[in-house]
Amino acid sequence: MPSYETKLQRAGISRRTAVMGMSAGIATLAMPRLGRAADDTIRIGFPTPLTGPFAAEARDQVKCAELAVKLVNDKGGIAGRKVELLVRDDKLNAGEAATRTLELIEKDKVHAIVGALSSAVQLAVNEVTRARGVIYVSISQSDTINEVKDFSKYTFHEALNPHMTTAAVARQTIKKGMKVAHLAADYAYGHEMLRGFKRAQAAIGAESVGEILHPFGAADYSTFMPRLMSLRPDVLCISNFGRDQANAIKQAVDFGIKQQMKIVVPVILHNQRLAVGPDVFEGVVGGANYYWGLETQNKTAAEFNKAYRAANGGAIPTDYGAYGYSGVGSLLQAMQAAGGTDTDKVVAALEGLQYDLTKGPQHYRKCDHQSVQSVLVLESKKKSAMANDNDLFAIVASDPGADEMLRSCGELGHAT
Amino acid sequence: MDLSLIIMQLFSGIALGAVLVITALGLTIVFGMLGVVNFAHGALFMIGAYAGLYLASLTGSFWWGLLLAPVLVGAFGMLIEFVLVRRLYGRSIDDPLLLTFGLSYILVEGVRIVFGSDGIPFPTPSQLIGVVDLGVGFFPKYRLFVIALVAVVLLALWLMLEKTRIGLIVRAGARDPQIMRVLGVDIGKVWLAIFGLGVGLAALGGVLAGPMRSVNPEMGTLVLAEAFVVTVIGGLGSIVGAVVAGLMVGICISMVALFAPEMATIVMFALMAAVLLVRPQGLFGLKGRA
Repeated sequence: MPSYETKLQRAGISRRTAVMGMSAGIATLAMPRLGRAADDTIRIGFPTPLTGPFAAEARDQVKCAELAVKLVNDKGGIAGRKVELLVRDDKLNAGEAATRTLELIEKDKVHAIVGALSSAVQLAVNEVTRARGVIYVSISQSDTINEVKDFSKYTFHEALNPHMTTAAVARQTIKKGMKVAHLAADYAYGHEMLRGFKRAQAAIGAESVGEILHPFGAADYSTFMPRLMSLRPDVLCISNFGRDQANAIKQAVDFGIKQQMKIVVPVILHNQRLAVGPDVFEGVVGGANYYWGLETQNKTAAEFNKAYRAANGGAIPTDYGAYGYSGVGSLLQAMQAAGGTDTDKVVAALEGLQYDLTKGPQHYRKCDHQSVQSVLVLESKKKSAMANDNDLFAIVASDPGADEMLRSCGELGHAT
Repeated sequence: MDLSLIIMQLFSGIALGAVLVITALGLTIVFGMLGVVNFAHGALFMIGAYAGLYLASLTGSFWWGLLLAPVLVGAFGMLIEFVLVRRLYGRSIDDPLLLTFGLSYILVEGVRIVFGSDGIPFPTPSQLIGVVDLGVGFFPKYRLFVIALVAVVLLALWLMLEKTRIGLIVRAGARDPQIMRVLGVDIGKVWLAIFGLGVGLAALGGVLAGPMRSVNPEMGTLVLAEAFVVTVIGGLGSIVGAVVAGLMVGICISMVALFAPEMATIVMFALMAAVLLVRPQGLFGLKGRA
C-alpha cells in the first residue's frame, strides 16, 4: 500500500505545495475574522453587564438594541450597508469593560460603541473611546460624563442624568420644610444621585436629616434601618440600582418604614418592581426615562411598543431596555444623515439631530452632548389597582424636555 | 446616640447573625466530618430558596416550603455525594473543591434556564408580616421568627450530636473512620447522611432568606463568601465556632453600620484578618487542621 505522500507525488503534488495549500486553506478559514475590516458592514459594539446584579436590565437593553438594528436593516440598512450589533459582557466591571471595548475597537473594528449600564463602568468605557477617537453613546445615568473633565467630542449621553431625575422626583414628592433622609449606594451612581437630591431639596427648602452610604451590592440592609427610623424623616430617598434597590426597599418595608415616611427613588426600575412584587413597592415614587404605559398618550411610544411586542412574543419593553433602543437608534439616524460612518460627520450629525424614538422629541445639547428629553415620574400601583400583570405604575408627571432641566454649560465647565 | 437605638441595632445584628450561622453551619459540618470544602454551598442555598418558593406556591403555604425544601434539597445533596463527591474521598482537598466549584456553576446556570435570571418575588408569610414593639423600637416579626427558628435548629443539632447514638458514631467517624469500619459501622452511610445534612442546612438558610432578600440565581454567591468568613473565624469544622462567629460577625456588621455604614461589609473581612493573626486555626478550630 503506497503511503499518503507517494500518492500525492503521483498526482504531481510535492510536499511543499501540499503544505502551502494547507496554509492557504487555514488562511481561508481564518478569513472572516481577518477580512472583517474590509467588508462594508457597519458594526456597533455593545458592552453591557449580562452577568451580575444588573443582568435583567442588561438583557432588556440587548433586546431593544437588536430591535433598533433590525428595523434599520429591514429598510435596507444605511447607505446600502447592513448594520451588525456586537454584544459583549462587561460583567459590571470597569476593567473588563475597558478590555472588551478595546477589543471591539482594535479587533472587531467597530464604528461606534453604545452601552454600559453602571455609572462607574461607563466612565471606563468612555476613557477608552475618548483615547481612540471612537463615538460612544452612553446609556447609563451619569452627571460627570457631561462635565469637562470626562467629556470629549466623541461622548454622547443618551440616558437621563442624576440631576434631571432627582429634580423631577423631588418636585413631586418633597415640599418646603420637610425632613429628608438618604440611603445611597457607595459608588458613583449613589453619590451622584445623592448630590442631585440634596441640590433639589435645598432649592425646595427641605431639610436633610441624615445620609447613610451603604456598600454596593449588599444583600442585607436591615442594619441601616434602626438609624433611618430614628432620624424621623418625612421622606426617605433610596439611591441605588438593580437588586440593591429591590433588597433595600423590601427590607425598609419589613421594618415598617412606609408607615412612617414616604419612600422615593431616583429611578424606579421595572424589573425590580417585578422581582419583589406589588405589595412591597406600593406607593414608592421614582423617576424613569420610559414606561410602556405611555402608549395611551404618545404615538411614538405606541409604535415602539408595537415593534417590540412583534419581535419579542408580545412582551413589553422596560425602562433601561428603551435606552438600548434610543441609544442605538439615534446613532443610526445620525449615520443615515451623515451617509456613512465617518466619525466627524457622524458627530456633526448627532449634534444636529432631532429624534423621536420612544416618547417624544429629543436632541443632544451641543456643549455637553446630553440628550434633552422628557422625564417621567412614576408611582408604583397597589395590587388591586393593577389592570394586568404589566400595569405596574401610574404616571404622576411627565416633564417635557427642555434645556433648563440641565445644569448650564458654564457650570459644567464648557466654554459658553 | 441613645440606648434604644443601640439595642435595636443589636437586634438587627443578631438576626443577621442567625442567617449567617445557619449557612455557615452546613459548610463547617461537611468540612469537619468529611474534609470536603463544599464550594456549591452557596448555589445550594439558592436552590433552597427556589425550592421553598416553588413548594410554597404549589401547596399554598410558606410553612410546607420551609419544611419540605430542606428535606428535598438535602436528599438532592445525598445524591450529589453518592454520584460525585464519594469518588474523591481520600484524595487531596482540592479535588472535591474543584468538583463542587464546577457543580455550583451548573446549578446556577440550570436555575437560570428554568426560572430565568430575573428575581422572583417571595412574599413574607402572612402570619409574620408586620413589626413587633420591643419597647425600644419596632422590629420585623419575620426576623424575630428567624432568630427563634435558628435557635431551635441549633438545639436539635446539638442534642443529636451529643446525646444520641447516631451523634456518637458521627463524632467518632470524624476522628477515625478506620476504627469505625473495624467496629462494623458502615461509615459510607454516615458520610452520606452528613453531606445531606449540610446541604439541607444550606437549603434551610435559603428558604429563610427568601422573604428578606430578592430570590435570584446569583443570591448564593455573596452568601458563600460570608459563610466562609464565618467558618474561618470560628475555626474550620467547629460547630460551636460557626455559631459564635456567625453571631459575632452579625453584631459587628450591625454596630459598624451605625457609626461607619460604608464600612459595614469590609468589617467582616477585617475581623477575619484580626482573628487569623492571633489564632490562625480560628477561634474554636483545632491546631493542625487549618
